[in-house]
Amino acid sequence: MARKVVITGLGATTPIGGDVPTMWKNALKGVSGAHTLEDEWVAKYDLPVHFAARCSTPALDVLTRVEAKRMDPSTQFGVIAAREAWADAGITDIDHDRLAVAFATGIGGVWTLLDAWDTLKEKGPRRVLPMTVPMLMPNGVAAAVSLDLGARAGAHTPVSACASGTEALHLGLDLIRSGKADVVMCGGAEAAIHPMPLAAFSSMQALSRRNDDPEHASRPYDLDRDGFVMGEGAGALVLEAEEHALARGARIYGELAGTSVTADAYHITAPDPEGLGATRALKAAMFDGRIQAADVVHVNAHATSTPVGDKPEYTALRAALGSHVDNVAVSATKSQMGHLLGASGAVEAVLTVLAVYERQAPLTINLENQDPEIPLDVVTSARTLPAGDIVALSNSFGFGGHNAVIAVRSV
Amino acid sequence: MASNEEILAGLAEIVNEETGLAADAVELDKSFTEDLDIDSISMMTIVVNAEEKFGVRIPDEEVKNLKTVGDAVNFIAGAQA
Repeated sequence: MARKVVITGLGATTPIGGDVPTMWKNALKGVSGAHTLEDEWVAKYDLPVHFAARCSTPALDVLTRVEAKRMDPSTQFGVIAAREAWADAGITDIDHDRLAVAFATGIGGVWTLLDAWDTLKEKGPRRVLPMTVPMLMPNGVAAAVSLDLGARAGAHTPVSACASGTEALHLGLDLIRSGKADVVMCGGAEAAIHPMPLAAFSSMQALSRRNDDPEHASRPYDLDRDGFVMGEGAGALVLEAEEHALARGARIYGELAGTSVTADAYHITAPDPEGLGATRALKAAMFDGRIQAADVVHVNAHATSTPVGDKPEYTALRAALGSHVDNVAVSATKSQMGHLLGASGAVEAVLTVLAVYERQAPLTINLENQDPEIPLDVVTSARTLPAGDIVALSNSFGFGGHNAVIAVRSV
Repeated sequence: MASNEEILAGLAEIVNEETGLAADAVELDKSFTEDLDIDSISMMTIVVNAEEKFGVRIPDEEVKNLKTVGDAVNFIAGAQA
């Protein structure tokens, strides 16, 4: 029998809240974190998209100036979320050789990389500062969290585009089940609201162009959806071997019952229209957690609000859950906070864990005319989840054909 | 041309910006590594910022000779001369 793994700490910094309590309160209320960008570079580069969902609490309101100087913005968000999750878990006595980190990012230190390139062009190589490399490397956030916590059982960085944050939980579960660690700080962080990624995602027609109405731009499942809204931030979860958590009398939010990762091998960016890779991921996560379709009451969907992405996920959910999918409360939380790319899976995992723990599903906003080809039971007003043993799933899919699913069971 | 006092004050500002150390802790006889706990990455950042501030060039092979704040002040004063 595999070791059971439970979740004992949560942290987040997002466009709808700079900590977990604020984010959760807003997620149940239904707010938009998307706003018009006031930066001069929007006009300077004539960007086709003029808005994004920035973190509601700037990192410099939380970190000291000197701390922040040595971290890319993505790492700043990751460290903020990890510190909150660690404090929330309340672990005071730990063998640091048995504490690991699995902290993902989709892109890594893109601000640092591009700022250094600008410096090189404008001022020459001497002005490219020595912290540039450790700040731009994609493992920078995992390394910083490891340093911060004194985590010595390995610091890992799964990178699978927008599935990265969920894949971090998949890895974390494995590390504990296989006995390589007793506690793992899992998460994902991203900070890519920079003109170049905005231009690049725009160029692939992935971003909404609803420039005159940013708060209504992220509208998963709506007939008028026209792309995702770029978000930023981080989510963090403390995974702990059940016996370790019980021994210290920890507050347990839920069990990370099962996880899975699959690859489409279909197209570099387009999702498999039949959702076959996503279906296999859903079935594999349920098999891993010994979960029957009838156990599942809630899904935090990947649902980014792109015209082509939302439907294959529905197809996959129906294939994996059968007719029971009609009884499942589905939340598309990117409607509120935009798409946090490599952080999205981690933040949505925090929301999924809280949904199971608090028996409340977060809201989907901006759904006015539901796409008739996606007849899901979408949570648009306050929804209580049933009592008793329940399971919730969270899906994440990434460019490259990455599919990752986690299953959270109530305890 | 900056005086030694002005160079010290400018260096202290750079060190404070990089490390958060109070500027008045940056004194001539203080060792960058032993007393101010400045690692090699911070040291190189300070050197590059000092080059820009004082309009001098501090060669990489010279940096290891700058053990104390006073060494750095003297080098910069000499390089400006």
